[in-house]
Amino acid sequence: MKLYINSVGIISPSLQASGEWELPRVDENYLTCIEPDYTQWIQPQQLRRMSRIMKMGTTAALMAVKAGESKPDAIIAGTAYGCLEDTATFLTKIIELKEEALNPTPFMQSTHNTIAAQIALLQNCQGYNQTYVHGAFSFEHALLDAGMLLTDNPAQTILTGGVDELTKAGHAIHSRFNKYRKENTPYLISPAGDGTWAGEGAAFFMLSGADESAVTIADVHTFMASSSEQAFHQLDNFLKQNQLDTNAIDFLLTGKNGDQKNDLFYDQLIETRFSDQAVGAYKHLCGEYSTSTAFATALAYTILKHQTVPVSVLNSSLNTPIKTLLIYNTYGQHHSLILLTV
Amino acid sequence: MSSGVYVAGAGALSAIGHSYATSFLALKNSTHGIGPLSSLSSIYKSTLPVGEVKLSNEQLAAQAGLTKPVTRTALLGIHAAREAITDSKLDITKWRTGLVSATTVGGMDRTENFFPDFLKDNTQGILSDVIHHGCGATTDLIAQALGITDFTTTINTACSSSANAIMLGARLIRQNKLDVVIAGGTDSLTRFTVNGFKSLMILSDELCQPFDASRKGLNLGEGAGFVVLVSSRVLQEENLKAKAILTGFANTNDAYHQTASSPDGRGSFAAMQNALIMAGLATSEIDYINLHGTGTLNNDLSEGTAIARLFAEKIPAMSSTKSFTGHTLGACGGLEAVFSVMAIEHQCVFANLRFETTMPEVNLTPQTKFEHKAVNHVMSNSFGFGGNCSSLIFSRSSIE
Repeated sequence: MKLYINSVGIISPSLQASGEWELPRVDENYLTCIEPDYTQWIQPQQLRRMSRIMKMGTTAALMAVKAGESKPDAIIAGTAYGCLEDTATFLTKIIELKEEALNPTPFMQSTHNTIAAQIALLQNCQGYNQTYVHGAFSFEHALLDAGMLLTDNPAQTILTGGVDELTKAGHAIHSRFNKYRKENTPYLISPAGDGTWAGEGAAFFMLSGADESAVTIADVHTFMASSSEQAFHQLDNFLKQNQLDTNAIDFLLTGKNGDQKNDLFYDQLIETRFSDQAVGAYKHLCGEYSTSTAFATALAYTILKHQTVPVSVLNSSLNTPIKTLLIYNTYGQHHSLILLTV
Repeated sequence: MSSGVYVAGAGALSAIGHSYATSFLALKNSTHGIGPLSSLSSIYKSTLPVGEVKLSNEQLAAQAGLTKPVTRTALLGIHAAREAITDSKLDITKWRTGLVSATTVGGMDRTENFFPDFLKDNTQGILSDVIHHGCGATTDLIAQALGITDFTTTINTACSSSANAIMLGARLIRQNKLDVVIAGGTDSLTRFTVNGFKSLMILSDELCQPFDASRKGLNLGEGAGFVVLVSSRVLQEENLKAKAILTGFANTNDAYHQTASSPDGRGSFAAMQNALIMAGLATSEIDYINLHGTGTLNNDLSEGTAIARLFAEKIPAMSSTKSFTGHTLGACGGLEAVFSVMAIEHQCVFANLRFETTMPEVNLTPQTKFEHKAVNHVMSNSFGFGGNCSSLIFSRSSIE
């Protein structure tokens, strides 16, 4: 599989309108998106009916379409929790109103496929339409599907993305599992501490099977592993299948989330496999959320295309060109690898 | 290398039966499973007609050998997926085996128990009730129970979800990424969906009447349906008997409205047409259509219009088995794929229960009784909110 990235659309906590990836302002222990002026993208009467995740998801998609200067033939989204705010609203109303006289709008908008469907509506795209909802693999599986579609027909352009939103209820529930940092710290990753920051974001890509762009997603792999050894074995096999070894990776972008228990795995990975390579992290720019690898892929695209690593990602200069970049993310036993080349 | 994809096993669980065999018996005897809501604590209890699986969570968990409480959606899925594997007589550990499951509610059945306490005080509510909220957690629980460690994923495209799961399973085999895929879907009844569909005013207070002029809406149901898809290599090397071949499939979008279908059913028309093209079949070669047929004014008119237009030459036998099971949402594509396979295996077509009068806008009369007949090709339709339209075509296997 080879997916050429024609263009990117992204809404995140750190990417400024100027194009700079700036360290975001932290509210206690979470990051929220810098939202654009949506009226530039969507008609006001349509905007009024949209929830925040729909606005973020559809606008990021429209940004990618505009930058790609072509219409998508298919739309594939990945979202672990879908329209969480609408889900909580409808659940709340069921309880408060004791199941009587409920407004259907939050229910209609609560289904996970609402975002891909809304994009299809706005783009009048009657082609293939799909939504993956498999936790931390949701975006990766959207990419795998796009790769399969492009294997069958490389001439298509597939709009593919990942989106999840941070909500008050979601944050309150996840906090009770001690996921998030309790002290207010200005830095997430170095030094690591107890817990991470919650995050959110939307990133969409216009992907093609025809050689229209220098930056490509060369392969994607997801797997479950209960030990570091199992994970390293999967990594080695993945690289071997791509005729690579760890030395061929010019830049490793890890999903370190600042929680020292979680980051131990990455430390071991870097020590045993990537001790000589340039290594960066990204979750201090977007927070921890299930489809954060969509953000990482957008960041990787920028790095490969412009051959510069933002100072917020790697605080040292690189002498060698970056031709091969690997995103390694893990969440619990879920591990994912996204290999990009230029 | 692209090659045929075979159905080597099937499992069904719904209001009409807890197995493939008992479901077939109910379909053969035209016995539906819809009755007043009994399982949920709701103002609609004892009145609203729904298709409930008559097995408690405790019974399902005991059957699955689970001691820890999990979501009902996962329990239903484990039951049907396990039956599909047993039915295939395949040792799945010998092959690259994946699980592609669909669900729309995921762990909502337990989240809605958690929420009232949480709403009063966000430090309250039992956390074990929300750990499996995400749709993916349901699939991971099924994969664990079945011992599937290779590729596992979850799809949610509303009511077309599990047809898309079967389609993805077939594509993974055709592109030689996997040898065996357990594909289908599962959904349990929840207050969330009952109230959601009620608020949309598309639930009927009576037994649903799909494709009937006087239809008043749908009945919700719950259940799970899974098929075991295998490559031709697996079929030959394991000396398996195929129940059917998946010869065509297509996924399109209506791109008309967030919840309503276009009046001419342009999305469903395209899905059916593209599936036929892929299978290399003429419309006249389809012997039976298992309709999406929810019983709502909008769906049945839209689907009927598309069928009348596409099959103008020769209208095949057609029925909505939702008149037996209710609308099982994320499970219906899987369940109805299993019923389509049954139609081929038993060379028969099923009744569209309670049909009385043809819709005035389209001149279509569905099958009114169970009937044995030659069935070589079956189309199964699944359409959903968000304009998601999917059609599958199952064909009689030449390898008998």
